[in-house]
Amino acid sequence: MVLPLIGLIVLLASAVVCGLSKRGDVLGPCAATIAGALAVFAGGQSLLTGASPTITLPIPLPFGAPRLEIDPLTAWFVIVIGMIGAMAAVYGHSYLSNQPRRTISLSWCWYNLLLAAMLLVVLARDGFFFLVFWEVMSLSSFFLVVHDHEKCGVVRAGWTYLIATHLGTAFLLVMFMLLGSPDSMDFVHFNPAVVPGGASLIFALALVGFGTKAGLVPLHVWLPEAHPVAPSHVSALMSGVMVKIGIYGLLRVLTFLGPPPSGWGWVMIFIGVVTGLTGVIFALVQHDLKRLLAYSTVENIGIIVLALGLGVLGIAAGNIVVATMGICAALLHTLNHALFKSLLFLGAGAVLHAAGTGRMDRLGGMLRYMPYTGAAFLVGAAAISALPPLNGFVSEFLVYAAAFHVMSVGASAWSGLIAVAAMALIGGLAVACFTKAFGIIFLGSPRSKTASQAREAPAGMRTAMILLALLCLGAGLGGPWLVGLVMPAISQLLPVSMSLNELQGIFHMLPWISYAGLGLLIGTALLLGLRAVLLRGREIRSGETWDCGYAAPSPRMQYSAASFVQPIGSMFAGLMRTRRRLQAPQGLFPTAARLETETPDFFVQSCFAPIVRGLARLAAAFRDLQQGRTHLCILYIVATLLLMLIWHLG
Amino acid sequence: MRWGLLHVLFALVSAPLLAGVINRTKAFFGGRHGPSFFQLYYDIFKLLRKDAVYSRTTSWIFRTAPPIELAAVLLALLFTPLGSTAAWLCFQGDLLLVVYALGLMRFMIISAALDTGSAFEGMGASREAQLSALAEVALLVALLAVAAFTKSFSLSAFAAQAWAAGLVWPANAILPLVSAALLVVLLAENARLPFDDPNTHLELTMIHEAMILDHCGVDLAFIEYGSALKMWILSAILVSMALPLRASSSLLNFATGLGAMVIVALLVGYIESVMARLRLIRTPQLLVTAGVLSFLAVMVAMR
Repeated sequence: MVLPLIGLIVLLASAVVCGLSKRGDVLGPCAATIAGALAVFAGGQSLLTGASPTITLPIPLPFGAPRLEIDPLTAWFVIVIGMIGAMAAVYGHSYLSNQPRRTISLSWCWYNLLLAAMLLVVLARDGFFFLVFWEVMSLSSFFLVVHDHEKCGVVRAGWTYLIATHLGTAFLLVMFMLLGSPDSMDFVHFNPAVVPGGASLIFALALVGFGTKAGLVPLHVWLPEAHPVAPSHVSALMSGVMVKIGIYGLLRVLTFLGPPPSGWGWVMIFIGVVTGLTGVIFALVQHDLKRLLAYSTVENIGIIVLALGLGVLGIAAGNIVVATMGICAALLHTLNHALFKSLLFLGAGAVLHAAGTGRMDRLGGMLRYMPYTGAAFLVGAAAISALPPLNGFVSEFLVYAAAFHVMSVGASAWSGLIAVAAMALIGGLAVACFTKAFGIIFLGSPRSKTASQAREAPAGMRTAMILLALLCLGAGLGGPWLVGLVMPAISQLLPVSMSLNELQGIFHMLPWISYAGLGLLIGTALLLGLRAVLLRGREIRSGETWDCGYAAPSPRMQYSAASFVQPIGSMFAGLMRTRRRLQAPQGLFPTAARLETETPDFFVQSCFAPIVRGLARLAAAFRDLQQGRTHLCILYIVATLLLMLIWHLG
Repeated sequence: MRWGLLHVLFALVSAPLLAGVINRTKAFFGGRHGPSFFQLYYDIFKLLRKDAVYSRTTSWIFRTAPPIELAAVLLALLFTPLGSTAAWLCFQGDLLLVVYALGLMRFMIISAALDTGSAFEGMGASREAQLSALAEVALLVALLAVAAFTKSFSLSAFAAQAWAAGLVWPANAILPLVSAALLVVLLAENARLPFDDPNTHLELTMIHEAMILDHCGVDLAFIEYGSALKMWILSAILVSMALPLRASSSLLNFATGLGAMVIVALLVGYIESVMARLRLIRTPQLLVTAGVLSFLAVMVAMR
């Protein structure tokens, strides 16, 4: 317990120093990296030894002293937070370097505060402090989102985020008030049996409250707004880690609620499928890289919740294989998504840094100018498409395996079919989405002048991306080891106690995936060698791309991001309602033609916008009350005082 | 095990022969003599000895993609059974490895196509991405149907346990449904009619051939050979699900498996002879139909 405490102290102290001085540009990232390393170490120690050290901080406060604990479930998330927090900090040091020192320093203040708050949220064992830390997390990330507040649209996105996160927190507040008692808000005293409405009400509140943070459809609307405008290392941390704190909250609440009914599993599967499909479909049609990545986070959260739903169904049905596989898939995908999504966001940031735009149709051929960034981005794109030998495949494999095993659980069998069909469609569309992202940005030739003047990212940014890419590969090949590591956390969520070895036996097929991944790497190396041998002594020329007779192909003839997804987009046209502005070529000698497409979020357009408009109209009705005239204000005061007097007398 | 290894070796040697059978069948229906059965071998050997021309637009992705594609499809082959002959390697969940290894192959083909910066290849890549997303659903759900019936999650175990579990067609509706779905997937994934026309690559309607327009020499040989192996793998999966015969002798099983492969090739040739290519706007509908058939198969399996 000492290590994470030191880490927290380092973070909080550095946050104070960064907030007050201008010297945060080195101190901030250093502190975050050290604290991240300590957190990873502490989490790993707890998972490997199986110990759950706990500590009560000796601070007298009205709701009792805050109690912190690292049990295996917490430890798993502590590792995720620490690892990505450190990597993003290394990256952020270079990323921010061209800004004024005071701005940088302030940004690191919020960054380290966010990191500390996330660690405290997963460590807290008390409803009151959980909410306090949760709020600190939301606020510090809000300030990070509005870092570039002078740019157009940034503040608006920040407000969207702030409102969404507080709506979510409101549900959590109610949940903790129902669970706790005035005497104690400690998690060990929570008893859902005495709650009016029972455990299902708590579950529903948790699903909405934590689902807002995690980005479950239709509560995901803040993600595609906030993630693109934040600085890229912050997007990486928010998208890779902070949304996962929502998943952690859901898991933690499940540990209070006793044996779950199968209905919860069905709800989670349904929400997971809807979230996953919506996320990937909207990700496909985005033309801004960071927006695309934000929607893809929604998709992956859907996969995690789907896996969790399968696990809950397994627990409800008493099928330990399904339960273990589902929960394991969810936890493993949490880590894997943190790795490849933060890698992709960092890559997006490098592109943004170098070319000044994230609009895909202005980019192209970046691989030539940014070879390391491009290679790392390719690894991330392949990993998120769940391709072997990378880490995404391992966790999605487990989702499929859980879905297959649930087929033998009588009444829940249908969920297996739904899960497999949804996963297959999500997988296929994800391949389309990320071949587009990688292909349009990094391959071909540059579509604008700024793109062709791009330079490779500086060393700090490169280091973080390459390390994350290697971790993606490592987690892909080391699947069985990771499953062994996460096993104590899984057994914490299972209703029956089984030995870890027995649970490990369920995953007997996982070494095969590692062998297959290794085989794939070796096979590729051998075939590359064979290709080199065959090409030896041959004449190798270069020429223009063969475009069926064009004498001078130009970059503008390339397929664009919009044209690449048009066939798939047309299949989901009813959901997406893409806006097209077409200026068609006219006459025998057409001069200018233009096509713009934009796909606004369906749920914003048809779900939230009408509600907000209604609220605004309602509020406008009261506008007459506030005229800004002093005597009217005095009249209100007098009237109020009179009313109170009458009420008091009567 | 031994027979599985033999299957791998056999596939490595004779995969290009399937294309020969298909082309000769088409020639027969067209009243022509047609190319030699071994034409694809000649093509591949010729390509292996060629010089190379690379577009200045391309990067290392374009050069490393063909070996990665071939490695992926070779990996899938190791886990593919042939009829009731189990694959050389198998484990619970190997069908996912096969499907996702083919996914890796597709990812690299699409990337290499986009690397050329050509409008044709972008178009092919875009269509491939669309059709394969739908084909993957049909394929995985079809395999799930058999998995649900046999309570096993391995391609190799399907054949053995389906027989033991009484999954005999046409008495049981699962196999016809699954076979139909798999046949559609086979046609779509291997760029055959009615999805794609393998004969030409210079028209706006093409998919696979348009994507590999800029590859040459050794790279094209790798791709052609990889495509032949992919055809073999998907045909072998179809045969494993649909073959109505199970003999007691391994040799006989292997031989019937090979015979069924030839029948699949003949069938593909026949379909290509009697059908026109569907309009692009219709092809997703055919794949969705295949997906629906797979869904029905799962429902029957869960009954």
